[in-house]
Amino acid sequence: MTTSTAPRAARIGAFAPALLLLAVFFAGPLIWAVYSAFTDVALTGSAEVNFIGVDNFTTMWRDAQFWNSLWLTLIFVVGSAVIGQNTLGLLIALLLRGRSQAARGLVSGLVIAAWTVPEVVAGFCWYSYLHRDGTLNGILGWVGLDQNWLYTTPMLAVILANVWRGTAFSMLVYQAALNDVPPELHEAAAVDGASAWQRLRSVTLPLIRRSIVSNLMLITLQTLAAFGLIYVMTKGGPGNKSSTTPIYMYQESFQFYKLGYGTAMALVLLVIGAIFSLIYVRLIKVDNL
Amino acid sequence: MTTTLAPPPVKAKTRPTADLTMPGRGPLRFAVYLVLLIVAIAFFLPFLWLVVASVQPGAALSADITWEFSFKNFADVLNVETIFRPVLNSLIISGGTALITVFAATLAAYPLSRYRSRFGRMFLYGILFSTGLPITAVMVPVYTMYSQFELTDSVPALILFMAASSLPFAIWMMKNFMDSVPVELEEAAWTDGAGWFQSLRRIILPLMIPGLTVVFVFTFVTQWGNFFVPFILLQSPESQPASVTIYTFFSTYGQVAYGQLAAFAILYTLPVVLLYTAMSRVFGGAFSMTGAVKG
Repeated sequence: MTTSTAPRAARIGAFAPALLLLAVFFAGPLIWAVYSAFTDVALTGSAEVNFIGVDNFTTMWRDAQFWNSLWLTLIFVVGSAVIGQNTLGLLIALLLRGRSQAARGLVSGLVIAAWTVPEVVAGFCWYSYLHRDGTLNGILGWVGLDQNWLYTTPMLAVILANVWRGTAFSMLVYQAALNDVPPELHEAAAVDGASAWQRLRSVTLPLIRRSIVSNLMLITLQTLAAFGLIYVMTKGGPGNKSSTTPIYMYQESFQFYKLGYGTAMALVLLVIGAIFSLIYVRLIKVDNL
Repeated sequence: MTTTLAPPPVKAKTRPTADLTMPGRGPLRFAVYLVLLIVAIAFFLPFLWLVVASVQPGAALSADITWEFSFKNFADVLNVETIFRPVLNSLIISGGTALITVFAATLAAYPLSRYRSRFGRMFLYGILFSTGLPITAVMVPVYTMYSQFELTDSVPALILFMAASSLPFAIWMMKNFMDSVPVELEEAAWTDGAGWFQSLRRIILPLMIPGLTVVFVFTFVTQWGNFFVPFILLQSPESQPASVTIYTFFSTYGQVAYGQLAAFAILYTLPVVLLYTAMSRVFGGAFSMTGAVKG
C-alpha cells in the first residue's frame, strides 16, 4: 500500500528498542521460568541449584493446598469477573442509556472513580468497609446482621471488592458497544410487537455479542492474577480460605523460600493465561494488518 | 461488528422505548432510577471511610460521623519520610517507565502502521497475545532471574522491567493512533527526499501529540498504582514507591493511625484521579479504552 524510501534495515532498526526490552525483560523471565520450574532454586541463598526434573510438578499434583488455591482462583474469576463485573457493567450501561446528564454523570462517575483508585487503596477502602468495626457493620448493626465479614466470608469479601473495582471496565466496553446499536432495529422490532425483554434478548444482545466475548476474555485475564487487592484485605486468610493461586505462589516462594516450586506454579498460571489470551487474539479482528 | 443498514425510511419522531431499559414512563422508569440510585450508593459507601477518617484526628475503622474536623492527619503525614520521598520515588519510577515506553512504542509502531510485512504481522499478534499474559505470574521467575544477576533492589532495573511489561499494550495503542494519521502527508515529504525517521519526527509526531499523551498518561497511571512489581523487586525502603510504602504503613501503624492512613491514601490517590479527570475532559470519557477492545 505504501512506497517509501525507508530501507528494510531501517525499518527493522525501528523495532530494536522495543524488541530488546521485550526479549530481555519479558521473554527472558518466561524462558527463565521454564528452566527454573525444573530446579530446586531456593531463596535461602545457597548457591547450589539442582536440576530436579518434574519433581515440582508432581509435588504440585499432590499438594492439596495448591488445588485449593486453584479452586479459589476459579471462584474468584467466575464470581468477580464473569458474573459480577460483566453483568453489573452491562446492566449499568443498559440502564444509563438515554438518562439525564446528571444521572449518567453521577453513576458512571462513581463507578469509574472506584476503578481509578490504586489497587492498594481499594484494598484499604474495603478492609475498613468490611471490618468488624467497619462502615458496613455500622449500617447492618441496626438490623442485627453485623459480623466480621473478612473472617466469616473472606471469598465473598474479596469478590465484592473486585467487582467494585473492576466494573467500570466492562461498563465502558458496553457503553461503547451499545452506541453502535442502531435504534432503528429496536423500532422495527417494537413495530413487530416484540416485548421489551424480547427486544433486549433478540436484538441488543446478539448485536453486541463480539464485545461480550472479548470483554469476558479481557476481564478474566485481568482477574486471574489479581494479587494486591486480596493480599491487602485478607493476606489469603483466615488460614488459606482466600488464598488464590497468585497468593499461594507468593507465600511458597517468598515466605517458605521455595522459588522453584513457586515458579512451577507461575508456569501453570501462565499456561492458563496463555490459553485465554489465544482465544482473545483469535476473536479480535486484526483486519487492518 | 454491526451489519450495514439502510438509512431509516422515516425520521424518528419521539424516540420510542427501544427496549426494557430505555427511558420509559411510570413505574418502570421509577424502578430504573431506583436501581441506579442503589448502584450509586453501593459504589460510594466504600469511599466514605477514606474521606471521613482523613479529616478526623481520632479516626477509627468505621466512618463515624462526628463533628470533629481537622487537617491534622494530613499535617502528620506530610513529611519526607512518609509522603515526599515515596511520592518522588513513584514519580521517578512511573515517569521513567512511561518515557521509555512511549519512546520504544513510537519507534516500533511506525513500521507496524506504515508497512505490511510478515514480520510485522507476527509481531502484532505476539504483542496482542502478550497483553493478556498475567504479569503477576511472571514475578517469581523475574525475581529469581534478577537475583541471579544481582539486579534486585535496583530502580533502573525495575523501570526496565516495568517498561517491557507496559510495551505490548502501548505499542498496540500507538499503532492504532498512528493508523489514523493519513499516509499522504508523508508522501509529500518522501518525494522531497526525507527519510522515514525525519518524516516520523517532523510530520507524524506533531500530529500524534494526543496519542503520545494518552499512552504516556496511561502507562504512568498504571505504574503509579502498581504494587506487586516494586513490592517484589525493591527491598530498601528508601527507594520504594508510595504504592509499597503505603502498604508498609498500613501493616505497621494500620491498627492505630487510621486517620493518617486515610490521609496518606488520599494524597497518594489524588494525582491519579486528577490526571484521569484531565484526560477524560480532553479526550472524552473512555480515553483509556483506546485500542483496548476492537471487537
